[in-house]
Amino acid sequence: MAELAWVAAALPLLSFVVQVFAPGALRRRGDWIGITAVAASFLVSTGVFLETIAGVHLHVSYPWATFGDRTFQFGFQVDALTGVMLVVVTLVSLMVHVFSLGYMEGDIRYGRYYTILSLFTFSMLGLVLADNFLELFVFWELVGLCSFLLIGHWYEEKANSTAAVKAFLVTRVGDIGMLIGIFLLYSVAETLQYQELWAKLPSLTAGLVDSRTLTAIALLLFAGAVGKSAQFPLHVWLPDAMAGPTPVSALIHAATMVAAGVYLVARAFPLFLSAPASLYWIALVGGFTAFFAATIALVQDDIKKVLAYSTISQLGYMFLGLGSGSLVAGSFHLMTQAFFKALLFLASGSVIHALHTQNLHEMGGLSRRLPVTTWTWIIGALSMAGIPPLAGFWSKDEVLLAAFHSGRPVLFWLGVITALLTAFYITRATWLAFFGEGRSAARARKEAVHPDHPGHRGGEHVHHVHEGDWRFRLPLLVLAFLAATAGLVGSSWFGHPFTRWMEETMAATAPAFHPAELSPSVFVQLVALLAALGGILLGWLVYGARVISREAVIAALRPLYALLKHKYYLDELYAWLFVRTTVAFSWLAGAVDRYVVDGAVNALGWLGAQIGFSAGDFDQTVIDGAVNGVGQGVVAGSHLLRRAQTGYVTTYLWVLLGAMAAGLLAIAIVAIR
Amino acid sequence: MLTALIFLPLLGSLILLCLPRENHRALRGVATFFTAAELLISLLLVARFVPGQAGMQFTERYDWIPSLGISYHLGVDGVSLALLVLTALVTLLSAITSYSITERVKDFYVLLLLLETGMLGVFAALDYVLFYVFWELVLVPMYFLIGIWGGPRRQYAALKFFIYTLAGSVIMLVGILALYFGSGLGTFDMLALQEAGRSLSSHLQWWVFIAFFLGFAVKVPIFPFHTWLPDAHVEAPTGGSMLLAGILLKMGAYGFYRISLPTLPDATQAFAVTLATLGVINIVYGAFVAMAQQDLKRMVAYSSISHMGFVMLGLAAMTPRSLSGAVFVMLSHGLISPLMFFLVGTVLYERTHTRIIDELGGLYNRMPVAAVVLAFGIFANLGLPGLSGFVGEFATLLGSFDVFRTLVIAASLGLVITAAYHLWMMQRVLMGEANTVGGVGLLPDISRRELLVAVPLMALILFLGVYPAPTFAFFNDAILRLQNMVQLASLGGGF
Repeated sequence: MAELAWVAAALPLLSFVVQVFAPGALRRRGDWIGITAVAASFLVSTGVFLETIAGVHLHVSYPWATFGDRTFQFGFQVDALTGVMLVVVTLVSLMVHVFSLGYMEGDIRYGRYYTILSLFTFSMLGLVLADNFLELFVFWELVGLCSFLLIGHWYEEKANSTAAVKAFLVTRVGDIGMLIGIFLLYSVAETLQYQELWAKLPSLTAGLVDSRTLTAIALLLFAGAVGKSAQFPLHVWLPDAMAGPTPVSALIHAATMVAAGVYLVARAFPLFLSAPASLYWIALVGGFTAFFAATIALVQDDIKKVLAYSTISQLGYMFLGLGSGSLVAGSFHLMTQAFFKALLFLASGSVIHALHTQNLHEMGGLSRRLPVTTWTWIIGALSMAGIPPLAGFWSKDEVLLAAFHSGRPVLFWLGVITALLTAFYITRATWLAFFGEGRSAARARKEAVHPDHPGHRGGEHVHHVHEGDWRFRLPLLVLAFLAATAGLVGSSWFGHPFTRWMEETMAATAPAFHPAELSPSVFVQLVALLAALGGILLGWLVYGARVISREAVIAALRPLYALLKHKYYLDELYAWLFVRTTVAFSWLAGAVDRYVVDGAVNALGWLGAQIGFSAGDFDQTVIDGAVNGVGQGVVAGSHLLRRAQTGYVTTYLWVLLGAMAAGLLAIAIVAIR
Repeated sequence: MLTALIFLPLLGSLILLCLPRENHRALRGVATFFTAAELLISLLLVARFVPGQAGMQFTERYDWIPSLGISYHLGVDGVSLALLVLTALVTLLSAITSYSITERVKDFYVLLLLLETGMLGVFAALDYVLFYVFWELVLVPMYFLIGIWGGPRRQYAALKFFIYTLAGSVIMLVGILALYFGSGLGTFDMLALQEAGRSLSSHLQWWVFIAFFLGFAVKVPIFPFHTWLPDAHVEAPTGGSMLLAGILLKMGAYGFYRISLPTLPDATQAFAVTLATLGVINIVYGAFVAMAQQDLKRMVAYSSISHMGFVMLGLAAMTPRSLSGAVFVMLSHGLISPLMFFLVGTVLYERTHTRIIDELGGLYNRMPVAAVVLAFGIFANLGLPGLSGFVGEFATLLGSFDVFRTLVIAASLGLVITAAYHLWMMQRVLMGEANTVGGVGLLPDISRRELLVAVPLMALILFLGVYPAPTFAFFNDAILRLQNMVQLASLGGGF
């Protein structure tokens, strides 16, 4: 089965190709093709995953191109990490495909939407199957393309197209770092293929390459991860990316593509382990981003923005785990987050679909009207907050354990505080959306335009708040089940089976993946649980029981509140620092080109023309003409052109042939002389 | 075989001269027939080409002016044959594109076929005099194409193009003569002078190199000799623009490959840093200036300048990877830039009658298929992996990294700017609400004939991007031989 892993990627590609070439001929605009393909792809992935559990790993590659003297390969590899990723990607993608049946129904670009979903699924699977950095980079850019196209799905709105462009460009900044990292890596190791690289790594670290170069490679590759996984300071694109349809946010901007950066670091973990200084930076960036994004999530009013900052924060958690030296912690949290965050996004989609608003302050009291949505959301929220035995608790525990053992207490406590903030903001969102009294939008209201659906344009109609059909409920229930139980595979109750399996099998593929050997700690579990409970309690006190007045807190912390509300003014800072200076510089370059560079050319031409006229001598040979060819050319050319425009060119073509013969003769004469 | 390939268009133009000028159908038909036949012949050559074989293939050699050592010498290696195929393809597509020309159809196609002879001759000539004749032959028809069928400022643009390139090529001629007299061999044969050039005194090598450099630099064009290009493109008819960007710019780069590197290796080494720096200036500066443009054609023209910078960087680094990357960029750009000029110059312009970016907008909703084709072109041009642009740029940068580390990093940063101006343009032209440029509501979408031009280019761009191995294999041996030669020269030549 594992040798057929490429089929998992090929099926969505096939679906994409069919949808591109036969858009009109397909029933239901091709959605069923995409769903069938990704369902089949999920089955293949499951088969591959089951084999990786048994320890199967392999890689197959074919020559892709020979640049002069070096050949680059294209292929695929399967191991434990890829097995997990395959299942996560195809499962979440399948759920999103199903959810979109209802959510995107009647959209003006329904067919385009499903076509790009197929392309995305293919590219994401290609990314996790790739067996070398060049191939990884190819798919890395392709998922970015799909992200761009889907963020800009409703491109009529300028805000949406701007968000799409911003996402592409900000991630591109990181990607260039990654590209340079790949060049540097190839320069020292002469291979980009994972297996060959891990085999060479001991000899490289043994002294052929100084540790600063290795650290530089690792950090440059990490720059790509910072962009794709929206880590500080390149996180600014992800909140804006919420302009895309909500199921896309769930798939691309929560569960899979944004986790690609985490996957990259996990995949290249031997390299990072051999450059320990880089791990420190990864932990630092991850820990800081986790905390930083969580603080912004505290004050967001848009339900999708809360989840977006929460995603940034959780991705930071994964990097904290990886940077603390634990491959398993990062990839485990990647898996559980994919489930609970996709669930939360789809649940928010269900709310948005029912209410036609994304503003938390216009919701409230939905638990009675949207029971399935509410309860699945609550499972997702509790899972993310870290309440045992739900999935998020176990993976968060693994991350905190790694940070605890890494000898960086500040980062550990930062992680704990983040856990508290996480529990607080998700409690806040839960309460505002689902409990209390129904506010404006939650009551039946007249609706002209669907805010997240410019595609729906019809007459005004009275809209009753109600839950969607099975197309909404089924994905929510499946993901809720996973968000609740998926963590048990890594639970300390059963002796951390996920951790042991992952470490053993990864070490089998590369000796450099040496296990982290973290002894379990009841202290860490207790602290994490207390943080989660504390956050929920605080949230309930403010928004549920209203014992603490929200207004009083805001008034007391007004400057801080403003700072958070404006996302630390980073968008404004970047707009000044990068966007405006770039545009201004381009205008300057344009002006220099027009007035200085071209101005000099025109001045020279004018000067030449003056000389040509005053000399008035047309009897020079071709070689002499070279001396003041500029001036002569002006005169001769303008004469020719004037005649050509009034007479027939045909005549001149004969003249041309004659002139060429004459020119050759002239050369001959000069040469003889 | 090569003679037939080169002079068949000339025969075609003579036949066209004998046809009545009113019969547009017949004129277009004959021109299309000849350009299509050219493509077939070039593909026939490809089929009979042996990539691994040393030396030139399909060589033909006759004395021309024996007393001066001038011969009619033709031959190709993998690189020049690839460029011949590209030339034949783009000329055919340009001929089809130019069906929309209704004035002086006869003259137009006569010139187009004459131009084809010139371009093919440049890539196949192995004698300096022959090379120079073809080089000049390209200049004249293009001058008329711009000057007669061009836009409102065609006079200025055509003259500027003509004088600029003429000045460059005359200086090149001086270089050729210096090489001829300096070697003392009494021959204009390129291959014979390759040996001789290496034994010239380094002083003379430098001067000859500079003379050739100026000739080629104008054609590529290399900063600061590039300002004729945007003017020429903006005014040229689309068919002319496609050839100008797709083929004519490659002539300059080809000159470095065929003449400067093998014949003057020491001087090339000495100037390598300068060449690479100018290449990176092309990339970064070209991208910034492209961002500032309002006219779509000007923007695409500056993006051509930017992309040709990669070719210069790869040629200057002189590693096998960078050289093959540079050749690949030439081929890839030879497909992408004609597609872009075709889209903005014909498909968009003939419907909206504007090329000003801010006047366009919402074209996704007004001409859906054409807009998707343009989006494809934009992503190809900005170097999206999976399409041909990425492969060449990646190979060039990777290959140049060990030689010019800082410059490669600077060029890579330029890629952000490249992406920025492309996407910004895309946002303003394709996205947004539909406006009323060119009429209210939907515009006529891309026509069947226009698809006939766009689809082959798109298919090749995709093929070269997805599976580049056969293309590289086609010219890798030529690259390795050249690199060997340069390396030997730098080892042996201890001036």
